[in-house]
Formats: sequence, structure tokens, C-alpha cells
Amino acid sequence: MSGHVAPKTMYYAVFAALIVGTALTVAVAFVDLGALNNVVMLTIAVTKATLVVLYFMHVRWSTRLTWVVAASGFFWLLILFGLTMQDYLTRGWVPGTWR
Amino acid sequence: MSDAPSAYQPPPVAIHPAGHGHTPHHPYLQHHFDSMAQQAEASTLGMWTFLVTEIMFFGGLFMAYLVYRYYSPMGFQEASHHLDVFWGTLNTALLIISSLTMALAVRSAQTSQPAMTQVKWLVATMLLGLGFLGIKVIEYTDKFTHHLVPGPNFRWEGLYPKPAEQFYSLYFAMTGLHALHMIIGIGIMLVITWMAWRRTFDSEYYTPVEVAGLYWHFVDIVWIFLFPLLYLIGRHFHPGA
Repeated sequence: MSGHVAPKTMYYAVFAALIVGTALTVAVAFVDLGALNNVVMLTIAVTKATLVVLYFMHVRWSTRLTWVVAASGFFWLLILFGLTMQDYLTRGWVPGTWR
Repeated sequence: MSDAPSAYQPPPVAIHPAGHGHTPHHPYLQHHFDSMAQQAEASTLGMWTFLVTEIMFFGGLFMAYLVYRYYSPMGFQEASHHLDVFWGTLNTALLIISSLTMALAVRSAQTSQPAMTQVKWLVATMLLGLGFLGIKVIEYTDKFTHHLVPGPNFRWEGLYPKPAEQFYSLYFAMTGLHALHMIIGIGIMLVITWMAWRRTFDSEYYTPVEVAGLYWHFVDIVWIFLFPLLYLIGRHFHPGA
């Protein structure tokens, strides 16, 4: 039993990508991209999180069962955000109704 | 590199002998598992199940942030400007470096490196975590002196006092909960470091380091989202311009 041993260079590469991503987020935050600022910021954050989950947390080499359990957490989070925001974002759509 | 298999040290405890009704096996294999691989898989799966509850736990706070920011984007932008991007960026860097040292700690156990090598990476991880918490103390102190802590003494000079107070409520709830996780993480690392020092881990048995690493990386991921959402919103917007 010794699992998957990833080469050190891979960890350093992921680390470099995370640092570059951080620098990029900070730089982009000071540039006016209009509505795109939030999109770019969250895309970088999701990419960084995915790198950490896949490589640092070894999900890439984990069994399918572990993979499904890990993914389920993020899946339910999307349902939480999706269902709640479809309420809040649409409240003003029909004039004259409640609120 | 010193990763050669020759660095292998024999387990500190003798192979669990036959004689209590079964064949000999690894000393750290619990009797209800068939193999070390099955035992490791069960532990990893258990940790991930716990982390899913943590995702939902933090997810509720992110949901609250989303709703309140939706109601007052300008107020959140104004409030966010009182956070120091320098400290936030430095803390993000510290956490990412600590995630690297953590991953290398797991790898050093996995490749049967000497106990001192494993301890070195774990201590580095803890020190970086403490550095993060130290900066958090500086930031919290600043918020207390500037009356930015929600409550009777909250004072806001800007255009949106109420949303600013909501922003700082969420700021303290989210970063506070995150800092609590860091403190618990350092506590876990102390135990793991002690186990590594006692030469508990090698390529046959390193599950505790692996599982502690999962927790540490998870806390890092939470900060990856907290940093842009709290520190960077509307930075491109210059009120005076």
C-alpha cells in the first residue's frame, strides 16, 4: 500500500500556478473590466481550488467513490446558490406582485 | 534527490505476530480491515465526508454574503476598501506556501523519508499557519481601533453605514471561522508532528498525515474564495474620479 507518489516537480508546478493565479487576481482587481471583474476573479478562484483538490488533495488519483463524495459537496453548494438566487434575482420581474 | 528507496527505515514496531487467531500483518492495520489499502481508503473517504459537511457549513455564509452583496453592491464595495490588500495578498501567499509544505510533508511520509525530513515539512507548515494568524491579529486590531467591529461602537463615515456594518459582520464571521479552523489545524499538526517524530509513518502507513493534509488544504481553499470576495471587490472603482 503506497498510493500514488507524484513527482516533486508536479507539486512545485501546481504551487507556481497558484501563486501566478493570486498575482493575476490582485492585478485584475485594479483594472476596470466592468461586469467582467467578478467573472475573472471567480474563474481564477475556482481554477485555484480545482488545482488544490486534484493535486494537493490527491483526488486525481483517488478511487471513484472518493471522487463522487468530494464532488457531491460542490454539487449541493451549486443547488444552494442556484435555488436561492433564482428567488432573489427574479423578485422584481412581475410588477405589482408581492414586494 | 534523497528519495531513493534506500532511505527506507523499518517500521518502529515489529510486525504484528500471528497467534491471536490470524496471520501476521502490519502493526497499524486494524482488525476490521482486510488490507492497508482498504484501511487508507476508508479513512480518506471518512475525511472527505466530513469535508463535505464543512463545504455546506461555509457555503451558508457564502450564501449570506451573496444575498447581502446583491442588495447593496455599492455598500459592500465601499466597506471592502477599508481592508488592506497588502495583508490579504501576503496571507494568501503564506497559505499557498503552507499548502505546498503540507503536500511535501505527506509525500515525505509516503516515500519513507527520515523522520526528521517529515518533521521539517510539518513544522514549516505550522509556522506558516502561525504567520497567517499573526497577520490576522494585526488586521483585527486595526478594525477594533477604527470602530469597524459591528455593534454599538460601529462607526462609518461613508455613504452606506448599514451595508458596511453587514459587510463587517460577514467579514468577522467568515474570517473568524476560518481562523478557528487554522488554530484547530495547527493543533492537529502538532499531534501529527509528534507521531512523525516517533517514526510512525512510512510508505506502508501514512494515512494520518494524508488525512490531516486534506483538512489543511481544505482550509486553504476556503481562503482562496474569501480573499477576492472580501478584499478585492470594486478596487478598480475610484470614488473621487
